Amino acid sequence: MKKTYYLFNPGRLSRQDNTLKYTAYDEAGAEGQTRFLPIEDVADLYVFGALDANSALYNFLGKNGVSVHFFDYYEHYTGSFMAKEYLLAGRLQVAQTGHYTSLPKRLVLARKLVEGAAFNLLKNLRYYQSRGREVGAEIAQMELYVAALPHATTIAEIMGYEGNIRQTYYRCFEQLVRVPGFTFDKRSTQPPQNELNALLSFGNMLCYAACLSQIYHTQLNPTISFLHEPGSRRFSLALDMAEIFKPLLVDRTIFRLLNKKEIQPRDFVRELDGCLLKETGRKTFVRVFEERLKETIQHRRLNRTVSYQHLIKLECYKLTKHLLAMEEYQPFKAWW
Amino acid sequence: MKPLTATHVKYFHLCQRKLWLFDRDVWMEHTSEAVAAGELLHQTAYPQRAERYREISIGGSRIDFYDPQRKVVHELKKSNKMEASNVAQVKYYLWLLEAHGVEGPTAILEYPKLRQTQAVDLTAEDRARIPGELAAMRTLLADETTCPPVINKPFCKQCAYYEFCYVAE
Repeated sequence: MKKTYYLFNPGRLSRQDNTLKYTAYDEAGAEGQTRFLPIEDVADLYVFGALDANSALYNFLGKNGVSVHFFDYYEHYTGSFMAKEYLLAGRLQVAQTGHYTSLPKRLVLARKLVEGAAFNLLKNLRYYQSRGREVGAEIAQMELYVAALPHATTIAEIMGYEGNIRQTYYRCFEQLVRVPGFTFDKRSTQPPQNELNALLSFGNMLCYAACLSQIYHTQLNPTISFLHEPGSRRFSLALDMAEIFKPLLVDRTIFRLLNKKEIQPRDFVRELDGCLLKETGRKTFVRVFEERLKETIQHRRLNRTVSYQHLIKLECYKLTKHLLAMEEYQPFKAWW
Repeated sequence: MKPLTATHVKYFHLCQRKLWLFDRDVWMEHTSEAVAAGELLHQTAYPQRAERYREISIGGSRIDFYDPQRKVVHELKKSNKMEASNVAQVKYYLWLLEAHGVEGPTAILEYPKLRQTQAVDLTAEDRARIPGELAAMRTLLADETTCPPVINKPFCKQCAYYEFCYVAE
């Protein structure tokens, strides 16, 4: 099975024959260790450090369908190199566009996406409620918002409910993470104001990129979305998909990292007026996030074990079926 | 309108849902290990073959191995489990060849892994059946909103579309 590779250290990536060659640089710029990555083994690359590369490399990656996602110093997602689309389906694209341009059709999908996301958020809260955390009031509040969803008649309204649901959810964070040194206050981005926000931003970006990679292997067009407004600079369909999976992939990872003390206050750096993960923290996060993606569940419909990562792709299949008028889209709701 | 190909004919006999999706370019083959194994077999089963036979394009379909001297179509398959659709595909090649003025073409289905071959001829019944089938296919494919239902066969589990078809919720 192909793997995601994360490049944290500065270095040079080049093509050597039909293999990728990675040469690390040290702080003085002198060449260090060389590693070879067989191209057949690479699903995609996430680049956090400074990477030297030339067009011959990108041609090679493109021919092999390997995407490269870039993140800046502040861990923001900055963009992707996507190999030429290899699965083009004109009629599906027309259908996808139709579901965006027709408000009634778009509303159906936008509602389902928020409904799925909310269900999975509630799932997280209920899990902790069963372990004695007091989150009953927030759960009730969120359920009210979910109940109001069917009455929403504009996308803005649905986005509003989505925002309210998330805000209520975040109010529980200090209940869920009972670790000294971590307070939450409220969600802040660009830059995140404290450690929990830094973890959320970092995790959400990884989730977004994971969704994008899966969409790439289907016939869906990643720029045409339903809940989020299709933006010219963003693969916004990945944002739609990420809503559903963030509670399971990102939030659960964060709770585990903090409650098991795998990430501690010393893994962060406070600078300017923000808070960022240090490299040690990023490496730990990425490792646990990867473990999470590879974790499998028994799929009750397919009678197969599927990984969390694969669930994202199955979600794309369901969306495709909805767009082709085959079967109504039912968002993924964690059933275990 | 896109031309119908031998793959369409094969899928028509195998699973009409697959046919409908395939025609809309919703491909799953890139995810299938069985398909990759079939391709590997194609490349490795008869290493000398490319020199003796020709690949020809005809009426939108592609015949991988054709012997122009003896007018024989060779079609390589991994197994004979899907025999009916394999035969239908090859007969369609023969029908196309005849329609393009080749007289009396024949075909051999080859199963190198089973060490078996099977001769296929175009009969008068086939000649009468195929045009009707093509018309039925056109009708089925022209319907934008009605994808044929899942067929729920044991071999669905081996199909590249299995997860696509059976995933719900």
